[in-house]
Amino acid sequence: MTVLVTGASGMLGRAVAEHLVASGEEVRCLQRRPSSVSGAQDVLGSITDPDAVASAVQDCRAVIHLAAKVSFTGASAEFDRTNIDGTRILLDAAHAAGVTDVVHVSSPSVAHAGSSLVGAPAGRADPAHARGDYARTKAAAELLALGRSTPAFRVAAVRPHIVWGPGDTQLVERVIERARHGRLPLLDGGTALIDTTYVDNAASAIVACLRRMHAAQGRALVVTNGEPRPIAELLGGICRAGGVEPPAWSVPGALARGAGSVIERAWLRLGRTDEPPMTRFLAEQLSTAHWFDQRDTRSVLDWRPSVSVDEGLERLAAYYR
Amino acid sequence: MVALPGVDPSWSTYIDVPSTSGADRPGTSHRWHYLDNGADLADSTVRGTLLCVHGNPTWSYLWRTYLAAGRAAGWRVVAVDQLDMGYSERTGVFRRLADRITDLEDFAAAVGLTGPVVTVGHDWGGVVSLGYADRNREDLAGVVLTNTAIHQDADRRIPAPLRLALAPGVHGLGTRTTSAFLDVTLALARPALAPDVRRAFRDPYRTAADRQGIAHFVSDIPADPSHPSYPALTATAEGIRSLDVPVLMMWGPHDPIFSDPYLEDLARRLPRADVHRFEHAGHLVQEDADTASTALQWLAERSVGHPEPRADVPPRDDAPYVPLGRRLTDLAAGPDAARTAVAEMKPSGPPRTLSWRELDDDVAAVAAGLTALGYGPGSRVSLLVPPGVDLTVLIYACLRIGAVIVVADAGLGARGLSRAVKGSAPDVVIGIERALVAARAFGWPGRRISAAPLSPARRRALRVEASLNDLRAARPARSAVEAPAADADAAILFTSGSTGPAKGVVYTHRQLSAMRDAVAATLGLGEGASLVAGFAPFALLGPALGATSVTPAMDVTAPRTLTAQALSDAADAIDATVVFASPTALRNVLATAGALTDAGRTALGRISLLLSAGAPIPVPLLEAVQDLVPSAALHTPYGMTESLLVADIDLTGIRRASADARDGLDGAGGGVCVGLPVHGARVAVSPLDDDGAATGEATTAPGRTGEILVDAPHVKDRYFRLWRTQRESARTPPWHRTGDVGHFDAEGRLWVEGRLGHIITAASGVLTPVALEQSLETLDGVRLAALVGVGPAGTQAVVAVLETDAAGRRPALADAPLTEAARAAALRHGVGLAAVVAVPALPVDIRHNAKIDRTRIAQWCSRFLSGARAGSL
Repeated sequence: MTVLVTGASGMLGRAVAEHLVASGEEVRCLQRRPSSVSGAQDVLGSITDPDAVASAVQDCRAVIHLAAKVSFTGASAEFDRTNIDGTRILLDAAHAAGVTDVVHVSSPSVAHAGSSLVGAPAGRADPAHARGDYARTKAAAELLALGRSTPAFRVAAVRPHIVWGPGDTQLVERVIERARHGRLPLLDGGTALIDTTYVDNAASAIVACLRRMHAAQGRALVVTNGEPRPIAELLGGICRAGGVEPPAWSVPGALARGAGSVIERAWLRLGRTDEPPMTRFLAEQLSTAHWFDQRDTRSVLDWRPSVSVDEGLERLAAYYR
Repeated sequence: MVALPGVDPSWSTYIDVPSTSGADRPGTSHRWHYLDNGADLADSTVRGTLLCVHGNPTWSYLWRTYLAAGRAAGWRVVAVDQLDMGYSERTGVFRRLADRITDLEDFAAAVGLTGPVVTVGHDWGGVVSLGYADRNREDLAGVVLTNTAIHQDADRRIPAPLRLALAPGVHGLGTRTTSAFLDVTLALARPALAPDVRRAFRDPYRTAADRQGIAHFVSDIPADPSHPSYPALTATAEGIRSLDVPVLMMWGPHDPIFSDPYLEDLARRLPRADVHRFEHAGHLVQEDADTASTALQWLAERSVGHPEPRADVPPRDDAPYVPLGRRLTDLAAGPDAARTAVAEMKPSGPPRTLSWRELDDDVAAVAAGLTALGYGPGSRVSLLVPPGVDLTVLIYACLRIGAVIVVADAGLGARGLSRAVKGSAPDVVIGIERALVAARAFGWPGRRISAAPLSPARRRALRVEASLNDLRAARPARSAVEAPAADADAAILFTSGSTGPAKGVVYTHRQLSAMRDAVAATLGLGEGASLVAGFAPFALLGPALGATSVTPAMDVTAPRTLTAQALSDAADAIDATVVFASPTALRNVLATAGALTDAGRTALGRISLLLSAGAPIPVPLLEAVQDLVPSAALHTPYGMTESLLVADIDLTGIRRASADARDGLDGAGGGVCVGLPVHGARVAVSPLDDDGAATGEATTAPGRTGEILVDAPHVKDRYFRLWRTQRESARTPPWHRTGDVGHFDAEGRLWVEGRLGHIITAASGVLTPVALEQSLETLDGVRLAALVGVGPAGTQAVVAVLETDAAGRRPALADAPLTEAARAAALRHGVGLAAVVAVPALPVDIRHNAKIDRTRIAQWCSRFLSGARAGSL
């Protein structure tokens, strides 16, 4: 029986698909562009196209759902369409096709309203208080997905926190690019502790979840490396791995958060589609602690991260050499 | 009644009670409101009833935590709203104290109290409840009092805030017309009350008519004997002296009204009472501290209520008791009477010395003087005199007449010292001028005696009754003083305060004598020895040991002022072979060793034993000291105020222990080795569980980490007026739980790993700080290291905070090379560090300059590492 992976063209989706292939699973990938995962069957199509989804999920025993619109900016409707409607279409199709297990890949931001998180538990997804369209729509999608979970159609949510690794365009490339142009400040000295997840660990946790559906069913589990670090150290590590100077200047966090709000609104009003230099969400992420209690996740998934932060940074450096 | 936070609505009950009070016309009934958890309990299992009586201007809401805690512990709790107060009837009659006691009796009879009764009172409710207890002894099983008073000294004015509240023109306006009295009282909570709790307290007192009872209560305060309620108050105050039930007093000392002197008055009327002062709490002690669980814990501990009391633990069988001062009197009467007993070095001129004969005479003279002034068994004498001849004389004089010496040192800082002295409620303060100035400035209780003679003007200004010389000169006819009982209190020594407010530690005469014996046996000290006493409290044992002792010339309030020359001069003066000095003093001795004369070096060369205790001493410092005293064995015993000697080790032993750790001896390493238990002491650890709590059975198995336990005849008797703290520390008899954490090695040596309160509970397991700190301190540029946890217990992130040579003025993340080195060092201990922080200075204790305040560092770190404003460390 086959496992369907949606969104396998992204860094994490590809890692998950490769992980499954390596462990001997039949793997089918659904996304708009070729996934280039060797050993997997590629189906091209959009997650919002019911016909494409229905045919992709045929004969599958399990689905790992990663396809999503991930961005700091964009029109609300696009987020709704991809993240909420796409999830609903997939769940409907999977249920109809007799799929028994679904791992819905979510984000810790679905449960949090921007305050600092210190050894925090996962918390319940809360679309009403989530910050920004991405978190809001992912929160709604997670509630939708977990609401469908039954013993016969098991759904679990895995929320990897800040996934990074070689080939990452979301965090790593942005950090390196901004630092190269001197546009990456530290906020408040970058002393806030944050948890991150090296991509291989996120992938192995997601695959582990598929094995542990009896325990994980109906639950949302935050996944991280379990190695909180000051944000300045992480950014410094990424910059050094990418061969650029780490940021050495700091601005007050409150100032950056305020400026982020203004810039965000201006970008929307101007109709610009490029990434703004600062958003409120980004400023919050860069200036407040957010790290998590991993004990529950590790016991439910019977899983441990296999690549430490330091080892991940070495691999990143090797990638850029 | 509106829904109130913390109150189960089913507790709220009304009852009509016929009044027998003379204030009412016959046949009158009043509607009372009260809170009662009785319906929650099955009658068969009820241990008894707590009858809780609030004061002015609160109401039964004050006792809500007692109802909840009582429900869990099988106690019925009836908390009444006194008439004209809370939701009880406004009777329109001025009810005085006598009426209120009768009212409470009427109420109790109508409600029907289940089983044995414990009265619980606060503020003026304390007086009413004591009146009830005094007159209703049949069912009375216990008494609990919180911030109250039963007696107003005729020569002492009532507290200023009450004088104000009673002043004509202020009284009606402040208590009834406006809610000022109510608001001011509620504002006394520390920290401030939550808004909904505040609303709940105010709820029954919204209109002026509602507040009539508040006004009457205030004007019923018997400020002097002419007041109509004075007889009722006095009857109760005297009556309770014969109460024979267990009594608990819980106090918030930050109370502008019912301050420590009132507690002291009650403690003298009820001398067997257990007392707990919640150091940070104030008048509304129920709101500021967890008094409910303390009270219930106490009821269980004192076997109050059903079921019947259990048998007491049999007393320990110790060595025969020889009073601390026995050897002094023996030597004074023997052939060595003319030999030097004590000497005190002066900055210039010859030392002041007393022979054994002279010392004994002086002790007798001062003891007689103290007796003449009215001090005797149980009197508390606060001694604020630096070590030297006078202090030695005073100590042995107090012990001789059974007075309890109170010793707190200046290392606590002015505020800490003041808090300690006030809390110990001394009858008299004997001090140097500087201490007497502080006594006046801070308003310390007790009479005053000056150590040195003062001018008449100065004496008046400082309210000094006599000088030490006046005591000596009094020379009254020597009456035969009865020797104090072995198990009577002898001393209250204060802790250093490096782990919270300083605590008073009580020793009995028997325990002080046992301490002398432990020192004698462990260090081989006895008659004929001569020692330099540079370190209290060991220094004060000289005469008890029969050893000649000398105090060096130094400012003892600042141990770092001891110079190498002053030390050697002192040693030379009595041909000393033993030196007691604090680690801080030793650092300065080393720093000034260059100026030492040849004669000085020779004197130090004769030292065969050097003892330094109080804080860990790094080996390099000990090695430098060894160069200065080449013939001496360097002992660094481990102990604490509660048990001055627990274990002992010398430099040779430390080196051997390090070698054993390198060779992989089971349990060796991972902390500071403090050696083997001392003579007479049993030491064990109570292993930590996965949450970092010391819950395990006592063991000495190598490598098991746990809270260090000690059992010895020289362990403290109890903490002073800290019933709950004492109970915690002695909850596993016969052990005293030290609050330190450590383990044993296969040779039976103890290794200290830090404080129980400084344990880190990371996701990977429980972690103690000291071993990794030692490794971090070997890194280049690191002077001192602290390891702390941030985040929730069980999943804490581990943070290294390093005091470095290169750190800037403000704390910052350590630079990349140091961070990497620290992380690597931690990984060798199996610890993953979340962050490495470099700071210019770590907070350490005032006394030893060495004990790191990890609690404060952890709090600061959790701000610094969460993106919040961290402030200065």
